[in-house]
Amino acid sequence: MKTLTAFATLAALGLTTAAQADIRIGATVSETGPAAFLGDPEAKTLKMMVEKLNAAGGINGEMIALTLYDDGGDPNKARTFATRLVEDDEVQAIIGGTTTGTTMSIVPVVEDAEIPFISLAGAIEIIDPVKEWVFKTPHTDRMACQKIFEDMKAQGITKIGMISGTGGFGASMREQCLEVVGDYGIEVLADESYGPTDADMTPQLTNIKNTAGIEAVLNADFGQGPSVVTRNYQQLAVGLPLYQSHGVASKGFIDLAGAEATEGVRLPGTALLVGDLLAGDDPQKPVVQAYIDEYQAAYGEAPSTFGGYAHDAFAILADALARAGSTDPEDIRDAIEQTSGLAGTTGVVTMTPEDHLGFDLSAFQMLEIQNGNWTLVQ
Amino acid sequence: MRAKHVTLLVLAAIVIASPFFFPSNYYYRVGSLIFVNGLAVTGIVILTGYAGQISLGHAGFAGIGAYACALAPIHLGLHPGLAAILGAVVSGAIAWLIGRPVLRLKGYYLAVATLGLGILVSMILANEAWLTRGPDGIEVPDLGLNDALEAIGIDLSNPQFWYFFSGLVLVLGAWVALNLHNSPTGRALRALHGSEIAARTVGIDVARLKLQAFVISAVYASLSGSLLALQNKFVTPDVAGFMHSIEMVTMAVLGGAASVLGAFFGAAILTTLPQVLTVFQEYEQIMLGLVMMLCMIFMRDGLLPSILRALRGRDK
Repeated sequence: MKTLTAFATLAALGLTTAAQADIRIGATVSETGPAAFLGDPEAKTLKMMVEKLNAAGGINGEMIALTLYDDGGDPNKARTFATRLVEDDEVQAIIGGTTTGTTMSIVPVVEDAEIPFISLAGAIEIIDPVKEWVFKTPHTDRMACQKIFEDMKAQGITKIGMISGTGGFGASMREQCLEVVGDYGIEVLADESYGPTDADMTPQLTNIKNTAGIEAVLNADFGQGPSVVTRNYQQLAVGLPLYQSHGVASKGFIDLAGAEATEGVRLPGTALLVGDLLAGDDPQKPVVQAYIDEYQAAYGEAPSTFGGYAHDAFAILADALARAGSTDPEDIRDAIEQTSGLAGTTGVVTMTPEDHLGFDLSAFQMLEIQNGNWTLVQ
Repeated sequence: MRAKHVTLLVLAAIVIASPFFFPSNYYYRVGSLIFVNGLAVTGIVILTGYAGQISLGHAGFAGIGAYACALAPIHLGLHPGLAAILGAVVSGAIAWLIGRPVLRLKGYYLAVATLGLGILVSMILANEAWLTRGPDGIEVPDLGLNDALEAIGIDLSNPQFWYFFSGLVLVLGAWVALNLHNSPTGRALRALHGSEIAARTVGIDVARLKLQAFVISAVYASLSGSLLALQNKFVTPDVAGFMHSIEMVTMAVLGGAASVLGAFFGAAILTTLPQVLTVFQEYEQIMLGLVMMLCMIFMRDGLLPSILRALRGRDK
């Protein structure tokens, strides 16, 4: 019997996290699993920011408790953790959903429980159509496509080849790109794909190279795939402009693909990557600089775009909590929707009832890699 | 009272009594996941525990069941409930097509064939984006049963509804499995598990029986996939992933693949463990591996049968 009681106590301890702070924020991100390179900086950023805010006296004098779960990128787990955050930890707002799959599994839970939720995933379907309780911080993949096509159009490029990963990010971006490409008078002459773990994309790139009339190539994917594509692209001496997506906008991409292969590659990125290149009066500049410095000091590495998404989500939430002056989920939701002119790492956010993302194409910077470094394309 | 009734009573008691100890809706969610996994594992008991065959691709059938609930309402205008049945029929048919040639052979051919099937299904779900909307997943329509209950005055929250509904399906599934166990077919299955040659000599059609067990277990996996998709209202190709197949087999082996109740406890342990161990999330796989290894070394029949035997031994 004694052991049984001990077990019960243990189980109770494990299953309930005592969250006795004034403001309870929940998060479920993919710290491990296939999306770990997105979720890990997100988790680190959230922990760092909560610590900093509490050290500075919290929000309106109230401390913040963060309950963070790792869903390993599994949508089913994400949903269970979201239920746990809502029902057991009784949080007042949720940040998370590293991938579109995990985000979309969390959505029914927060809609059911009426808890505000800020997603860190890319796909446009998260906020289109607008869902009352759901917001997000990253650019949509459609915006990345538009930014790239805008730049192509300015260069007079009208015929392109596409090569996309078949993972969630690549497949979704490919679809969005094909949908909007016509608006820019651009034709896709070749449409190749590769698996997320493929180690060689030479055959696909050869097909593209051998398609007559192509003037530029767009690679829609994130993770290791684009590095391989970029290296193969140089080995095959395709010699046409290569565009990558915002998904590779991190120093790791240049390191993996090498400075030589990445020379001249263009991609849409956030202000975070080019903090020191921003104009002095840019409202994002101080925010970006502060985040980079703090992250560097805390973890000894440069933050990635994905950590930036978590940074913005927490900044939006903290700002809303301060304005709401209440911990009622409904008040918090309303305050998030009224966010106005908040400078984040991704853009200057102004939410409306019709727009739960809060910025447009102009928040993207067109970047070009030169000598292994980011430069701004004017 | 026969063992069959004991098992059913224990399961029903668990489903009905547990909520009295639930402090919040979250526990209903975990409970319903246990029942959903328990249903799939009951299928594994029939295949592995009764007939002695191993499948490494049962998540493929779960994927078919789950995506049937997402796709059939859109493309065929079917009610999600009927879509789940359609998924089960399709799963059973595919299992029959694959099992028919493969199960005539002796040895590990079914494991290899199902391994291929599972990977194939998950690749189709991920890559045929025009149909399945690809790796980001697809919404699943509401079953509507909870609303119908509300209309007649039974007001349950979503996690509560799915807890009791999955619990009911699990008890029904267990009832069917236990009846099979005691039927001539079940006895024949266990005979061929014991010795295929001996079973053949006494006139048992080994290939046909194995095929039956395989088809039935595929239907169980498909229904569990449907239940999961319907309660999550969203499904991604992960549901058909290789790890999910392994998880099912692990649950069955851990709890005791030869008994329905044992397999249920295996499902309960492996579903709850990650929730209790969130602090050790990074080491979850290691912990699971360790539990599995210890179990294989010290309790080869699985947790429940081994513990029961130990208790009985003490009584003597």
